[in-house]
Amino acid sequence: MKRIMLGNEAFARGAWEAGVRVVSSYPGTPSTEVTETLAKCGDEVHVEWAPNEKVGVEVAVGASMGGARALSCMKHVGLNVAADPFFTAAYNGVTGGLVVLVADDNGCHSSQNEQDSRYHGRGAGVPVLEPADPSECKDYMKLAFDMSENYDTVVLIRSGTRMSHSRGIVEEGERVEREVIPYEKDFLKYVAMPAMARVNHVKQEKRLAQIAEDAGKLGLIKEEMNDPEIGVVTSGICYQYVKEALPEASVFKLGLVNPLPLQDIAAFASKVSRLYVIEEGNPFLEEQIRAAGIPVHGGKELFTIQGEYSANMIRKAFGIEVPETEDVNAPGRPPLLCAGCPHKGLFYVLSKLKTTVMGDIGCYTLAALAPTNAIDSCLCMGGSIGMEHGFEKATGRNDNLVAVLGDSTFIHSGITGLVNMVYNEAKGTVIILDNRITGMTGHQQNPASGKNAKGELAPALDLASLCRAIGVKNVFEIDPFEIRELEELIKAETSRDELSVIITKRPCAMIVKQTGVPNVITDRCKNCRQCIKVGCPAIGMKDGRPYIIKESCVGCGLCARVCPFDAIESTARGVEAGRGDE
Amino acid sequence: MEKNILIVGVGGQGTLLASVLLGNLALQKGYDVKLSEVHGMSQRGGDVVTHVKINDTIVASPLIEKGEADIIIAFEKLEAYRWLPYLREGGAMYVNEQQIMPMPVVLGQVEYPSDIDEALAKAASTLVKFDALALAEEAGSSKAVNVVLLGAASKAMPFTQEEWMDVIEKYVKPKFVELNKTAFAMGQAV
Ligand SMILES: Cc1ncc(C[n+]2csc(CCOP(=O)(O)OP(=O)(O)O)c2C)c(N)n1
Repeated sequence: MKRIMLGNEAFARGAWEAGVRVVSSYPGTPSTEVTETLAKCGDEVHVEWAPNEKVGVEVAVGASMGGARALSCMKHVGLNVAADPFFTAAYNGVTGGLVVLVADDNGCHSSQNEQDSRYHGRGAGVPVLEPADPSECKDYMKLAFDMSENYDTVVLIRSGTRMSHSRGIVEEGERVEREVIPYEKDFLKYVAMPAMARVNHVKQEKRLAQIAEDAGKLGLIKEEMNDPEIGVVTSGICYQYVKEALPEASVFKLGLVNPLPLQDIAAFASKVSRLYVIEEGNPFLEEQIRAAGIPVHGGKELFTIQGEYSANMIRKAFGIEVPETEDVNAPGRPPLLCAGCPHKGLFYVLSKLKTTVMGDIGCYTLAALAPTNAIDSCLCMGGSIGMEHGFEKATGRNDNLVAVLGDSTFIHSGITGLVNMVYNEAKGTVIILDNRITGMTGHQQNPASGKNAKGELAPALDLASLCRAIGVKNVFEIDPFEIRELEELIKAETSRDELSVIITKRPCAMIVKQTGVPNVITDRCKNCRQCIKVGCPAIGMKDGRPYIIKESCVGCGLCARVCPFDAIESTARGVEAGRGDE
Repeated sequence: MEKNILIVGVGGQGTLLASVLLGNLALQKGYDVKLSEVHGMSQRGGDVVTHVKINDTIVASPLIEKGEADIIIAFEKLEAYRWLPYLREGGAMYVNEQQIMPMPVVLGQVEYPSDIDEALAKAASTLVKFDALALAEEAGSSKAVNVVLLGAASKAMPFTQEEWMDVIEKYVKPKFVELNKTAFAMGQAV
């Protein structure tokens, strides 16, 4: 049957049809829906959220060694975290088919950088497949599993925001069940010690050369001869932009971007007068094509390495007219923490205290924007803790300085940083925002949620006990909406010359819905606008005064708590009487 | 037949259902169709856009570019304004009059533009502007804004009444089918 599928759903469908048995991933936009979709299928596939990408890939490697087809999915920066197992598994090869899916984010729609994962694929020495539409997402996933087993290699599938988050028509097929391949000990293959690695490295080189030679046979090259004047080498989503912008051009579409079938590219180049290479991101294809002595008439001198491409961008580069429309000057609409979001209480307080905040990655990063402007840095998952420690060691300052990170981020990469703080005698304060979910990426379960990827009950990691076990003596748990107590606690702990951890506990407002009775601003309002500083999407300004936007307000009562004049009435528990924050 | 439809609004307004309905209508009619959306940061009250491209031959790029949209369906007025450059000459706009102030406006850093109505009127050959939120509430839920707007825009699209009803039945949760049918009819009547 034909269905409209998101690119990510098509990847999931392909893996399912290919008989995948074990999936272990960590969420990250734009890769998340692949694993979410697989989590909804039956018991024939074990699907789990790993605490981070490194564990995810290790689990997949183990599953492959155990004889099953296995998959691990992540966003581009996730592959940095998983790079260690990934690079060595790439030498060893596989037993059951092993596919890693990575989704890049050209244009930084939801990421801290726009790194180009093709380099990781090349660096590790694995084949990299790049589909160009949802239908190919499914087909390439199935092919990737076959290639993995046939060539004894890990296969990397590279997607991106436009691939993963576009929908198109996909034909569904049947699942082919595969028996788990019986285990036979093969320590020369799986024990990566120097002597074995040297041998496996040679094997890897050989299979890569073979794959480059087989690219056409595998159906990973499409040569579309048209006007012989212009020939374009391209891949992935750029192929679509090229087809739209230059329908007359001859096109060489690569489904395999590592290793490059350079002989086939040379043959194509010899048939056209001028060869262009059109690829988003870095000149990955272009440099290799040039290095092979194939003359390239136009590549990155025509195009940028930043952001997303489009058909119009290509038209302009080729001097083709595009419709001119008048620009408008529309004010931006930056994203905000949701109405009722537990993080708001904490950042209201940190903003008030003018605390230096080593931030991290999650919904709470949004507190860096107005009106709270309460974050000084954001680097990478878990980075807040290491950075706070380094900052303290450099400046000797631990007063009014904190690291702030979410529960999922803490479990992903914060725990080792905290071990380091204990071990190396830090005096700082770490705040873990425990909303029991991985919020930013669309609410996935994590080891602290009490549920697994399939939504079944699971053991919940007790963060406070964990911190104590690591050796943190001062560990506190507090509701971030108790803003007065929270303020006192932060003041006390950041002035104490000892390491402290504060865990703010309140569930994500998207998961545990609030009463829903909107707050009301009464005529006691003096228009001091303290409530605006909460940064709530449910408080607007009309005729120079704040008002509650009924459709958006969830009645959490935080604005009532910050109002110094008890002017906001809320039915939320604990605020009926009005508890002004002086 | 070629139709480029841009659906724009504010994160959380339900733009996705509208595009899912459109995509499936196109599929059922045997057209090629591609949709493109961006998840992640753009939700959480930021601006959101979905591109819907329908063609009786092939859709290559999933993106609608400036000056290429036949139809813009806007869930909010400022968003209609933001995407105006994407409307082609002679294009149609269906706009919910609701205004949602972005934070920079609430904080008084910038003004909510005052010339939106004139700009829309100037650019769009067909401009249907109405309070879709009020109609949705009348139909039974503020969440039905999306289907009210689709009802209004349906006049500019190559699908029959039957096909619309069929797709609503298939892709809306059973509990909300009747509500959405009412909402659709109210949009059509605008
Ligand atoms: C290495 C890496 N993996 C994944 C992501 C995607 N990502 C961004 S924030 C986040 C976790 C957010 O969860 P949490 O820390 O619990 O905070 P919340 O959003 O719930 O407030 C993830 C997985 C990333 N940015 N980097």
